[in-house]
Amino acid sequence: MSTTASERFARLNTEPMVVAGQPSRVFAGSFGAIREIYAHRQLLDLLIRRDLKSRYKDSALGFVWTLIRPITQLMIYYLVLGQILGAARAIDNFAVYIFAGLTIYGLFSEIVTGATASVVSNAGLIKKVYVPREIYPLASVGSAVFNFSIQLVVLIGATIVTNSFPWRVELLFFFPSVLLILIYGTAFGLLLSALNVYLRDVQYLVEVMVMLLMWASPIVYAWSMVNDRIGESMPWLMALYTNNPITLAVLGFHRTFWTAGSGAEYPAELLLRMTIAGVVGIVLIYVFHRVFTKLQGNFAQEL
Amino acid sequence: MDDHSPMTPPSGGTDSGEPQSLPDAPTVVTIENVSKRFVLRRDNSLKERLVTLGRAGRRHSEEFWALRNVSLSIPAGSTIGLLGPNGSGKSTLLKAIGGIIEPTTGTIKRRGRLAALLELGAGFHPDLTGRENVFLNASILGLSHAETEEKFDDILQFSGIGDFIDTQVKFYSSGMYVRLAFSVAIHTDPDVLLVDEVLAVGDEAFQRKCLDKIREFQQQGRTIILVSHSLGQVTELCDRAVVLSKGEVQFVGTARDAVKNFRDVLEGRRLEEAVAAAPEEDPNPGKVTGTELFAEGRAPGDEIHPGDTLIVRMHYEYNEPLDSWHSGFKIESNLGQQVYGTDSRMMNLVHAPMRGSASVEYRLENVQFGGGAYFIHSFFAKPGGEHIAIERQAARFVMADDPTSAGTVRVSTTVREIAA
Repeated sequence: MSTTASERFARLNTEPMVVAGQPSRVFAGSFGAIREIYAHRQLLDLLIRRDLKSRYKDSALGFVWTLIRPITQLMIYYLVLGQILGAARAIDNFAVYIFAGLTIYGLFSEIVTGATASVVSNAGLIKKVYVPREIYPLASVGSAVFNFSIQLVVLIGATIVTNSFPWRVELLFFFPSVLLILIYGTAFGLLLSALNVYLRDVQYLVEVMVMLLMWASPIVYAWSMVNDRIGESMPWLMALYTNNPITLAVLGFHRTFWTAGSGAEYPAELLLRMTIAGVVGIVLIYVFHRVFTKLQGNFAQEL
Repeated sequence: MDDHSPMTPPSGGTDSGEPQSLPDAPTVVTIENVSKRFVLRRDNSLKERLVTLGRAGRRHSEEFWALRNVSLSIPAGSTIGLLGPNGSGKSTLLKAIGGIIEPTTGTIKRRGRLAALLELGAGFHPDLTGRENVFLNASILGLSHAETEEKFDDILQFSGIGDFIDTQVKFYSSGMYVRLAFSVAIHTDPDVLLVDEVLAVGDEAFQRKCLDKIREFQQQGRTIILVSHSLGQVTELCDRAVVLSKGEVQFVGTARDAVKNFRDVLEGRRLEEAVAAAPEEDPNPGKVTGTELFAEGRAPGDEIHPGDTLIVRMHYEYNEPLDSWHSGFKIESNLGQQVYGTDSRMMNLVHAPMRGSASVEYRLENVQFGGGAYFIHSFFAKPGGEHIAIERQAARFVMADDPTSAGTVRVSTTVREIAA
């Protein structure tokens, strides 16, 4: 705070003039944004902490609630679908199977719903201070990852309790699965957060889609069941179903954690499919980020 | 205004030899031909948008230019006031400089670290403690964690929050909230500080502290761009000022001239509004039909100088014969505070019975009001004091500014240093 006026002037003289707000050139844009976000990583970190801290502030159980919801879900599916409706008869170690699917899907749904609301719920900040706006959806991704890691601990605990910890090479499927979800979650999170500013219907639509997508991937039933039904008769639908990145990630998670299913049927070339989906997803991030930068100029006045 | 209006540092005039008079001050903000259009839409649901798609949709939306072709360049170390009536685009301009909204056309370039005090406590999260919020807010304003840690004690001390720092901010009083937020903002070491009306909050002692801090900033060569409705504050703090009206730059110049110009803008608007709200036929039998006001030896409307003799002439009408009445007037500052007032009863003058109309002249000798605009309310009243008719803001005059003092009265003052 002690710099004198002349020192300050000398320093300012050497600084280049920059355009206020976001650079909007097509190519320098995305790269510049990454750099800018990197420069604001401490802020990102603080925003993630804020999200997490404020969520269960003043509740006695705190983060335990992060676990109670998925565990309840697990019990319902396990009892109703597995035992009463009999899905467990076709799938060994059904509890681990379901929880693996729910965990990875929970990551996706939390990223997308959190990110969609992120810009609108940070309206106070966006209207008053300029920081790269991508930071808000990214902070939602961050807090979702944190909750995911808590659930992951439970999942690993479950595999240990059922004496089926996946100590084998398929464990490596964990990484592409999570990466795939992160890529697609971020891509759609960016797009939807920006659209939600202009049309608040988006966040309700997202709620519905998240519910729908859960049933459109093999979480509470097996991929092979779908394959038996429509694999022959409607191969294009089956291809669409299988190559859905969420299905791929869920399958990858099953291969990681569900040891009881080593003999189960999986689509061929799972890893290749994941790689292709990942590349497509990165292109989507780029495209959706362009859309985001186009739309963000008017955020402050639309909010 | 499509040419640049260079806001060169002033050649003195305000507080002492401060750095803003350095001739080699680099430009920190350039605004070139900036316009901003807002589209006001009347519907916001999906259904309505679909129904009114296309041309019909355009009919449902209204364009509004908040800024039109604004060009300015602001040198480092200056303190600029933005003046203008409500809705003239001051805050929009400030937000555009801050990069919060994108101009529709034109560019704004700037350099140096910028901190915007557009709303105190933007980014404070009610569920976090004061300490956590300090780190979050400082980070939003561009400070690293290590820097914040280093300055934390200063921030805490300036805010005067004390032990409450580890309490969630939702339990803070609004004053504490404001103090903490201001304290964070001024400790971010900005080169350019944008301030929007926030100095109006906080108690008087804290306001004083803030103003002192701003003076300190001026001495350190920081640039301050300030939106304020307090003309006194603008003349006190700023060396230059810009008057905006309906999104256009109307005047650029020294703070005192700009304030004068701005008063004229406001007066123009007041007259317009008075015409728009044209009074309907009054059932009141009495009426103030006219008020004239001028200084002896000056044309009506001229600036009044201290020592002048002010003449106030009022004309009254009453439909019925009126046996006893008295006349009077009040002078108010532009903030509505009564500065002077008298009437015939106080002056021990008994008016002759009014038959139809009457006129009265008051002579105010050796007027010593402070600089600024004043309004006259003329009235006449029944013997008991009950007003028959009053015309508010019947006339207006402007006193010449006094560079040696502030306030609504003039006093001849001398100053010297005495032995302690």
